[in-house]
Amino acid sequence: MTDQEIVALINSSLAEEFEFDLAKMTPETELFEDMGLDSLDVVDLVIVLETAFSIKIREEEAIRKIRTLGDIHSFVIAKKRLSEGAK
Amino acid sequence: MLLRRVVVTGMGVVSPFGRGMENLMDALLAGKSGVVRVPALAEIKGMRTRVAALATGVDPMEIPRKFRRSMSSMSVFATLAAQDAAQMAGLSEAQLRGGRLGVSVGSTTGSPQTMQDFFRDFSADNSLEKMKSTLFFHIMNHSCASNVAQVLGVTGRILAPAAACSTSSHAVGYAAETIGLGKQDFMLCGGADEFHPLTSGTFDIMNAASTAFNDSPTSTPRPFDRDRDGIVCGEGSGILLLESLESALGRGASVLAEITGFATNSDPASIANPNSASIADCMRLALADAELDASQVDYVNAHATATQQGDIAECGAIADVFGSRTPTSSLKGHLGHAMAASGSLELAACIEMIRRGVLIPTLNLDNIDPLCAGVAHQRGIGERPVNAVIKNNFALGGVNSSIILRRYQQ
Repeated sequence: MTDQEIVALINSSLAEEFEFDLAKMTPETELFEDMGLDSLDVVDLVIVLETAFSIKIREEEAIRKIRTLGDIHSFVIAKKRLSEGAK
Repeated sequence: MLLRRVVVTGMGVVSPFGRGMENLMDALLAGKSGVVRVPALAEIKGMRTRVAALATGVDPMEIPRKFRRSMSSMSVFATLAAQDAAQMAGLSEAQLRGGRLGVSVGSTTGSPQTMQDFFRDFSADNSLEKMKSTLFFHIMNHSCASNVAQVLGVTGRILAPAAACSTSSHAVGYAAETIGLGKQDFMLCGGADEFHPLTSGTFDIMNAASTAFNDSPTSTPRPFDRDRDGIVCGEGSGILLLESLESALGRGASVLAEITGFATNSDPASIANPNSASIADCMRLALADAELDASQVDYVNAHATATQQGDIAECGAIADVFGSRTPTSSLKGHLGHAMAASGSLELAACIEMIRRGVLIPTLNLDNIDPLCAGVAHQRGIGERPVNAVIKNNFALGGVNSSIILRRYQQ
């Protein structure tokens, strides 16, 4: 997957799960303030990403520091590249 | 006997005829059936019944995602009905949130559909990795009550009675007692249930589900009819807003009816089979609670689900308590059996019968079973003053309940 495809899949997956307007989703979008997510949603956000990208991130320390959509993009892209490198 | 008078000032329903009291009453008065053929039931091995009464006219998207994420369809039904009841009663935000309003709403179980979805995933790989954070809120036994309270901002007490088909009668009865004792001034109360094959299957394996009318769904169920062959499961919600009379008068609310008596008893003779003597005891207890003589009751709204044994046992009890003069009917022919919602849905219809001075007959009762004779079956729409009504509900598990409604008089 290209970085662009990863970003598109993240955005569409989260838009569907959290009923958010795809057109309003930018890297600067704040998960809590702008998207209105809370701690329960973050649990589900992890599941959505794990399912969409076939990755395991629940125990990752970095996931707790994510604040914006751009943080998620960077995190997942790095995770995917890491797993591709390991193959 | 209630220490304070308790009245109904709001009602909301979700039924096979859509959302709202007008839709419900229009259909009942027109003699319509909400029963449809459900093709998916044919895909289940061992399932012989193919019909159900499914709720219509509901848009879950009306409820914001933040609240909806913790709801299965039964909580959606309950929430929309509760909103309608609160609106009809004209409650303010301050009254909803002020701590003097509580919630008493039950269901047969937590969401069977969510449990199915979870165990299907869990059983596939013995893994919890795809378990959503809100799953528990769908399957906890007080899911409907809590979801209603969350959406409406209720800070008073929460009750979530569970007694299968008696659930919402219990919920209303306990709510009335809560107000009667002065613990709350308002209670949103009733029940909700969502259709799932497990419910139909439960009755099917006991040979108590209707199977002979799969190709003519509106012909079943047939309470008291000689050709009845069992229950048709349904879904929906009925929520009443109960209030102390003092509160209703104080704020100038329109009083729809008064709840003057409630009784429930246990029948240890059988966990499954209804018992005429126990049912009669329950109705007499309710009459005593209301300080009402049987001769003063204008109408009996029977539980009557169209099972062989249940209808006969209830008719025997009604004949024992009321003789053969008090008009009697069941609304299961129209609504199917909405399980935990049936009591409060039918109570709402009874309140409208009192207000409109009309009695609704049993749909699909063409030929009275001789074993269900001895009571005054209401045949055709009856127009007459209706001042006092007794509403019965009985549940698997040996749980009976009866509620007395009266036209409000100062």
